Amino acid sequence: MSLLDKLDTVAAARKAVLPEGIDVFGMPIEEVYSSTEASVGGRRILFFGTNNYLGLTFAPECLQAAHKAIDSEGTGTTGSRMANGNYIGHRALEQEFADFYHCRSSIVFTTGYQANLAMISGLAGANDVILIDGDSHASIYDGCRLSGAEIIRFRHNDMADMEKRLRRLGERTRSTLIIVEGIYSMLGDQAPLVDIVKIKNSYGSILLLDEAHSLGVLGKTGQGLVEETELIDGVDFITGTFSKSLGSIGGYCVSNHLQLDQLRYVSRPYIFTASPSPATIASTRAALKLLRDGTKLRSQLWRNARKLYSCLDELGYQLGPEPGPVIATILDSPQQALMLWKGLFDYGIYVNLILPPAAPEGKSLVRCSVSAAHTKEQVDYVGNTFAELRKKHFQIKS
Amino acid sequence: MAHDYNNILQNLCHHLEHFASSGVEIVPESELIDQLAIDSVKLLNLIMEIEDEFDISVPINILADVRTVRDLADLIHKIKSAS
Repeated sequence: MSLLDKLDTVAAARKAVLPEGIDVFGMPIEEVYSSTEASVGGRRILFFGTNNYLGLTFAPECLQAAHKAIDSEGTGTTGSRMANGNYIGHRALEQEFADFYHCRSSIVFTTGYQANLAMISGLAGANDVILIDGDSHASIYDGCRLSGAEIIRFRHNDMADMEKRLRRLGERTRSTLIIVEGIYSMLGDQAPLVDIVKIKNSYGSILLLDEAHSLGVLGKTGQGLVEETELIDGVDFITGTFSKSLGSIGGYCVSNHLQLDQLRYVSRPYIFTASPSPATIASTRAALKLLRDGTKLRSQLWRNARKLYSCLDELGYQLGPEPGPVIATILDSPQQALMLWKGLFDYGIYVNLILPPAAPEGKSLVRCSVSAAHTKEQVDYVGNTFAELRKKHFQIKS
Repeated sequence: MAHDYNNILQNLCHHLEHFASSGVEIVPESELIDQLAIDSVKLLNLIMEIEDEFDISVPINILADVRTVRDLADLIHKIKSAS
């Protein structure tokens, strides 16, 4: 099969599942009215599929900081951190992340994807082992591949399974990197961090925790699962993203290990990518302050999340195992998922459609992401629409 | 040695029955993707079952050259023999 023929098979697979006339995976958003509403296809749409958990994309503090940075430092750095792209703002944000986690040091990256790519491929190499949860994000899988280390998976959130696989590694557990996520992006469930840290300590391995979906969401000051579980000292490296609760784009890693700083000299994704723009850094610094002081935003977010989760649960939809800002409706076939997604869209609600192989266990997902910025009326509207669609179209397994 | 290998092949075929398209005959020459319709996700889950069955670690990044049932049996045999 030629290179281009392979792409034709992708097109054929998409055509077999997706309806004509709607580009489900590439819908252009014409105008953004607020952190929860936009115009798509000439219609007003309610966003329930963004990762804007704290609703900060239009926070005046972030907008002002970004405007000021553009005016004073320009639109981009045009270089990597190792060359001309290392501005004082990048260093300042790193210090602020280290302070936020009460950690020794931090590195800022251009995207969250790149943070995982850079950290994993910088930490592990050809003679090492990486043990990952089976439901890990693609950035973790790709970072593992780039590292050249041996990659072993354990069953999602199954601690007996994780320990069994560690035991098989024998002495190699001391050169093993374990990777888990604070909140998993597909089903919205949390990692059992207490048990993970206990097992990791008993085998002498290194633990990396990705807080991409839990930063700003969990913990008193929004550090994530480490704060919720009071286990900051049990985790070796924490990565995360700016593109969810912080409302911009970028990534970070914090650690108490002195060696973190050396990653700057060995990690190719860090060395060979242009650094985040001044506006991105400025808005992220402003957002980090709001996140840290965002107790009310977190309360509002969790109120909205619990309300929508219990509403869909009562309606009989099959959901992820626990309430949280990521609420996944699990469907048996891509056709069912597409029908639900289209039904919601017709009612002016945008959510995420996730089809195999991206969804776990060959299932399909219609995934809602809740924000602190959603009003009670908006959450009610989404719940009522799910009820209407269930009555109208679906015999969904409860 | 040959006896061990045959056992591995037999056990592997048994596990493959849960993952392959129903009604398809599973032989050593069967291609995992093209003939048995085992996609990337199914293959990763199959590997976890195999690890438990044979009490070995099978790194998923060494699966790139595995195309057929026999290739996978060879890999398991190699890992098992080295452990």
